[in-house]
Amino acid sequence: MKGTNLGEFEELVLLTIASMVNEAYSVAICDDLEKKTRRSVKLGVVHAVLNRLEEKGLAKSSLGEATNTRGGKRKRFYTVTNAGKAALLKSKELRDQYWSLIPELSLKRI
Amino acid sequence: MEPSKKLAPPAWATKLLTWYCKPELLEDLQGDLNEYFDRNVKAKGVRKAQLIYIIDVLKFFRLYTIRKPEFLNLLISWIMIGSYIKTSGRSIIRNKLFSAINIIGLAVSMSVGLVLIAILSDVLSYDRFHANFNRIHRVISRYEYLGDKGNNFMATTSMKAGRLIKEEFTGIEEVAILQRGFGGDVKLNEKIIPLNGFWASNSFFNVFSFELLHGNPATALKEPYSVVMTETAAKKLFGNEDPIGKEVVFNNDKSYTITGIVKDPPFFSHIHFEMLGSLSTKELNKEIFKNEMAWDSVWDTWVYLVIPSSTDIPSLKSNLAQLSKREDPSVKNTHIELELQPLSKIMFGDSLGNQIGPVLGSTLLWVFGGLCFVVILSACFNYTNLSIARSLKRTKEVGIRKVIGALKSNVTTQFMVEAVIISLSALVIALLLFFLLRQHFLSIEPDIQKMFTLHLSPITILYFIGFAIFVGIAAGIFPSLFFSNINAIQVLKSATSFRGMNRITGRKILIVIQYCISIILVSASIGVYRQYQHYISFDLGFNTENVLNISLQGNKADLLKKELSELPEVKNISQSLLVTSVGDYWGTNMKYHGNPLDSCGVSFNSIDENYIPLMGHQLLAGNNFTAKADSVEESEVIVNTQVLKRFNIANQDPQKAIGDVLKVDGKNLTIIGVMKDFQYGRSNNKTSKETVFRYLRENPRFTNVKIQSSDLIGTHDKIAAIWKKIDPVHPFEAKFYNQQIEEAFAGLSATLKLAGFLAFLAISIASLGLLGMVVFTTEIRLKEVSIRKVMGASEGKLLFLLGKGFVLLLLISTAISLPVVILFFQNVVFPNTANHAPLNIFEMLLGVFVILCFALIMIGTQTLKVARANPAEVLKNE
Repeated sequence: MKGTNLGEFEELVLLTIASMVNEAYSVAICDDLEKKTRRSVKLGVVHAVLNRLEEKGLAKSSLGEATNTRGGKRKRFYTVTNAGKAALLKSKELRDQYWSLIPELSLKRI
Repeated sequence: MEPSKKLAPPAWATKLLTWYCKPELLEDLQGDLNEYFDRNVKAKGVRKAQLIYIIDVLKFFRLYTIRKPEFLNLLISWIMIGSYIKTSGRSIIRNKLFSAINIIGLAVSMSVGLVLIAILSDVLSYDRFHANFNRIHRVISRYEYLGDKGNNFMATTSMKAGRLIKEEFTGIEEVAILQRGFGGDVKLNEKIIPLNGFWASNSFFNVFSFELLHGNPATALKEPYSVVMTETAAKKLFGNEDPIGKEVVFNNDKSYTITGIVKDPPFFSHIHFEMLGSLSTKELNKEIFKNEMAWDSVWDTWVYLVIPSSTDIPSLKSNLAQLSKREDPSVKNTHIELELQPLSKIMFGDSLGNQIGPVLGSTLLWVFGGLCFVVILSACFNYTNLSIARSLKRTKEVGIRKVIGALKSNVTTQFMVEAVIISLSALVIALLLFFLLRQHFLSIEPDIQKMFTLHLSPITILYFIGFAIFVGIAAGIFPSLFFSNINAIQVLKSATSFRGMNRITGRKILIVIQYCISIILVSASIGVYRQYQHYISFDLGFNTENVLNISLQGNKADLLKKELSELPEVKNISQSLLVTSVGDYWGTNMKYHGNPLDSCGVSFNSIDENYIPLMGHQLLAGNNFTAKADSVEESEVIVNTQVLKRFNIANQDPQKAIGDVLKVDGKNLTIIGVMKDFQYGRSNNKTSKETVFRYLRENPRFTNVKIQSSDLIGTHDKIAAIWKKIDPVHPFEAKFYNQQIEEAFAGLSATLKLAGFLAFLAISIASLGLLGMVVFTTEIRLKEVSIRKVMGASEGKLLFLLGKGFVLLLLISTAISLPVVILFFQNVVFPNTANHAPLNIFEMLLGVFVILCFALIMIGTQTLKVARANPAEVLKNE
């Protein structure tokens, strides 16, 4: 099912990739998510999601330069593809549509 | 350890990740894990970090990370295997001598392995036809008198135990009781045939799946005087008539009704019978049955249980222990230990006494298996040795393969394939040898023929092929590892490879091991052969020469005696209860009036007045028996000196002991003679136990005939003709005494034949291996030898130069293995055997000498060939 529908976590990861511009690789994404959402994010889960996003064509990746850290292994940097951007926008529009329907008063009651 | 190393994640986990992970994902994943690892090292310490690393590696084992098996690689492997087979075939053909040595060596050793596999598959197919195979257990027992734990478990147990288990135990589905002693001459009208079998309880057919052709399995063995016959037995007796419901007369006494016809027991059944009698018959005679129901009457009843799979075996065993605890007090000073033995363990398990039929016993199998293993190992050594020795010629090939792009695993596979091809071709020869060996193996001992068929089935053939492949892999593993580790650059750069030379020590060790095995097997066989010769020619204390023992089988002795005495060749005739010194015992107890409380067991033979002179027993004092009528009460006994010693009769003075009275078997008997001690049991049993001769009154079991003739076989035939006249029913059963003694050691002789044969194989294989090594080394040094020759070395010196290394190896093997054998005999064998012959080290040395001579001739001829080569011919080529 290679639809453009985004799951909640997928959307978050994709947003993180977009926000980090050129520095988005697995560990960094994981840390950033942990910081912002204040929940523990497992590397394995992030990896799986990154893999899925790439499969869906929403993100693409390329290997960076080898560095001294990480035991000499190269990082895999992710960027959002046009399809990814479209999916993010679509999902934002959908939300905005719903937001616009909510009267201000009812929110204040919470 | 370096600090940097200590900080690294566990290598095996990394390897695991590399193994399962898709290559395109691998680097990133590894990097991530490393980053986390470094972080964790700082935060939580090395240990914890390593643990987390391992857990993460395991957690990353997901569908999307797993490497898919690559079709292309598989395809390439397949294509390559074809190429491997081709190149291996070429190399096998190119090196004819080496290939022949390997194939012959492996074939010879594998043929023995094939026999072993056939035996195993026979053993494993025993009793499988029983529907309850997995649930049938036999109750076995151990008899302990006065706390003497020396007895082993017996296959038999008491009838009482069987009955109590049936009545009291819960969690037992069915109990079958079998008892020996049912058999004899079965008479229908005027037709008499001897048949054998067992008494069996009514539940017999519920426990075992012997197929009842006629009759009702539930009731066939219920009523007293019921008989179930096998198809063959019934056919013999009734021909084509319907036997059901007919009556037959047993031993001219009681008549029994035939209630069932059972299919002949399958070959692979541990129980064999011609007929079964209903056990309820025995209960009719209350007096005898009471004795048989005693708790310690554990010698002739077999009890089989069907245990539902839900029953807990350990708790059942503890119930058995409680049962013996409860019943032990019913017999004085006796403890009977009960144990369960699964049906599958009967043919294969411990060697118990009192078996219902012949069994193999695991000891023999282990010994045979061990020897097979050693011989096969030796053949594998040859392969390893010769392949690595040949490495000089093949390293280049491997080097080029590697340069072209072969991986380590490709080279390994190539050499494995080569070894397997060799072992498979060896299998073809081994199979031919197997057919030859099979006949010889089956005829080693009469019992073996009854136990095994060694027939081939598709499954056994599969086992054979599997076995050959296994042997091939075992033989090829070291060479292929050796070749796959070759450094291509090094090999191709230098003209000769020195890597191969480094292995010389290893190869020498293998040769030494091979020769040690051969020498140990040969000298041990020689040692055992000496014992065997010693036992069968043992001085028993009487003369067994030209004595024919005829089993009377219930016939009247007088008639036979009268007929026999008319033969001119017959010098003397006597009657006896048993044939001594071949492992049969008759025992009773005796007391002496000097010490009425002391009683002891005594072995006896009952004889007539002709026995002592015929056998040449020596009387130290007193007289032989005189002829008496059967009706006269038994009153006399002839004792050996051990009896005098045991009770200290007349201060052990034979002369004075005459006329004293002993109570034997409850009867007061006057000592009329004292004889010299003789060997009552087999000659490998302890001598000089208390033994007496009693006067035989009725029903002798044997007639002993002393023959004086140059044509023993002709006389035997004449006697057989006389027997036929007297007893047309039973076949003539007579054997010369010396032959019987040899047969008493049939087990030893069978072991000897096996061990001797395997020793022969081991020598052949080791010699082949040595031959290969000698040819190889001398070929390598051909140029060196030529140069030496040109410089003026004599042939003798060259011979010494080339041969000394090998001779040294042989001497080392001798020095290691001979002491091992001698120590083994002196510390393990001799303390456990009575009357052993002293170790003849000279004979063993002679055996070793023959092996060494053989090896020396081989070394000599090969080196001589090289030493005699014309140096000009050799050297001109370069």
